[in-house]
Amino acid sequence: MSRRLLPSGESALLVECDSLEEVLALHDALEEARPPGVVELVPAARTLLVSVDPERMPLESAATWIRRIPAEAGSRVAGAHAEPMRIRVTYDGADLAATAALLHMSVDALVARHSGIEWRVAFVGFAPGFGYLVSEDWPHEVPRLEAPRPRVPGGSVAVAGAFGGVYPRQSPGGWRLLGRTDAPLWDPAAAEPAVLAPGRRVRFEPTR
Amino acid sequence: MTTSSRPSRLTVEAPGASTLVQDLGRPGLAHLGVPASGALDRGALTLANRLVGNPDAAAALEIAMGGFRSRFAAETWFAVTGAWGDVRLDGRRIAPYTAARAAEGGVLELAPPERGIRSLLAVRGGIDVPAVLGSRSRDTLSGLGPDPVRAGDVLPIGAAPAASVPLLDHEAAFPPPSGTVTLSLLPGPRADWFTDAARRGLFDGAWRMSDQADRIGARLVGDVLARRVDGELASEATVPGSVQVAGDGRPTILLADRPVTGGYPVIAVVAAASLDRLAQVRPGQELRFRHA
Repeated sequence: MSRRLLPSGESALLVECDSLEEVLALHDALEEARPPGVVELVPAARTLLVSVDPERMPLESAATWIRRIPAEAGSRVAGAHAEPMRIRVTYDGADLAATAALLHMSVDALVARHSGIEWRVAFVGFAPGFGYLVSEDWPHEVPRLEAPRPRVPGGSVAVAGAFGGVYPRQSPGGWRLLGRTDAPLWDPAAAEPAVLAPGRRVRFEPTR
Repeated sequence: MTTSSRPSRLTVEAPGASTLVQDLGRPGLAHLGVPASGALDRGALTLANRLVGNPDAAAALEIAMGGFRSRFAAETWFAVTGAWGDVRLDGRRIAPYTAARAAEGGVLELAPPERGIRSLLAVRGGIDVPAVLGSRSRDTLSGLGPDPVRAGDVLPIGAAPAASVPLLDHEAAFPPPSGTVTLSLLPGPRADWFTDAARRGLFDGAWRMSDQADRIGARLVGDVLARRVDGELASEATVPGSVQVAGDGRPTILLADRPVTGGYPVIAVVAAASLDRLAQVRPGQELRFRHA
């Protein structure tokens, strides 16, 4: 287990980890003890960007803060106490049957698997509020569509690569669609604009 | 000097190529996939605001390449900074980078600038459109914030701030340079993905701004920056000013409306103090880099 601190301008550091699991643990640990001078904590697949307001927290102090977090820290304790958010899903997606076939399982088994496990938002990418969901109980790799759809409706519940996700708004997209939800996931007027923020835990519930 | 306390409105009759409401943006939301956005030339925004007694973060108009005309509904103090060029109030040329007072019905016109690209028009009281996620900035990538300004739009102006219009001398004016622009660079997180020749070439070479330049990023023309490390980079968060090098070896400087994560290695990062200058570099203009 190791992390490397890489430079990213005069007010940010990019912390590189060996795995997504380490990023998640580091994110939890940093979030738990976040000093006021930290402006952004942006996790991604192998990295975590820490940006600061240099007048309130010099970059050197940020580096020391990050280095002092023990390697085994976090260990997903931070979010584990929180009750997972429940998202009701109608499993009637255009790619449901094809995805089940790709994974060598029945449609019922795919629905049961997708809705039977706890997911966690690892990071947000692609569009505002588009959380990349991971689960220890989702070992699958699902190839993206060969040709992305020009319009995927907001609320589409989908999978691609090792990730699950829900399209927060209508957009183009190449993920495989399993179903849809009416849950509002992106509201710029809300106190928490993105429901699927990094660290959030999620369970999907079939509506039928 | 007198100050008008009556809130006013600004009717935009001609927005030119692009007129956007911008303030200092919405930092702190990158983890939700929302870039900070905000005025590209932040120094020009804060100067324009100070000239009319506004707080630094008041919303103003970012006008690209002039061709702009607007009418004030009531007596209003305003200032135009950033790009340097012909600014006229009721047909009479006025000095950029100074506060001026429009009378009721006054017409402000910005010709295409002689230097730079983006003019910042601050009005006393600020452009008072609703904020989204704490900011009135238009994020051109994700479509957050007020819509781009169209001909006929009537923009509300906020109440006059407590501070009076300050008396400033004109020495505060530093118009954007018309020749070669030098920018300071800091090391990027993936500098070690590039050959020594590429890392030297970044500083030794002459670069030119391409015409693929907007608020999301600015692509440069110059030598190919060769990689030492092949392979794919997992997407990672970037900062404004990140010099990202695509698979073809061509650098793009990521700006305020960039996607918050990118999958190309970042060789260097433009120093914050150089970003305002970069915001005014025109397509075809020469660029050089030096170590910050």
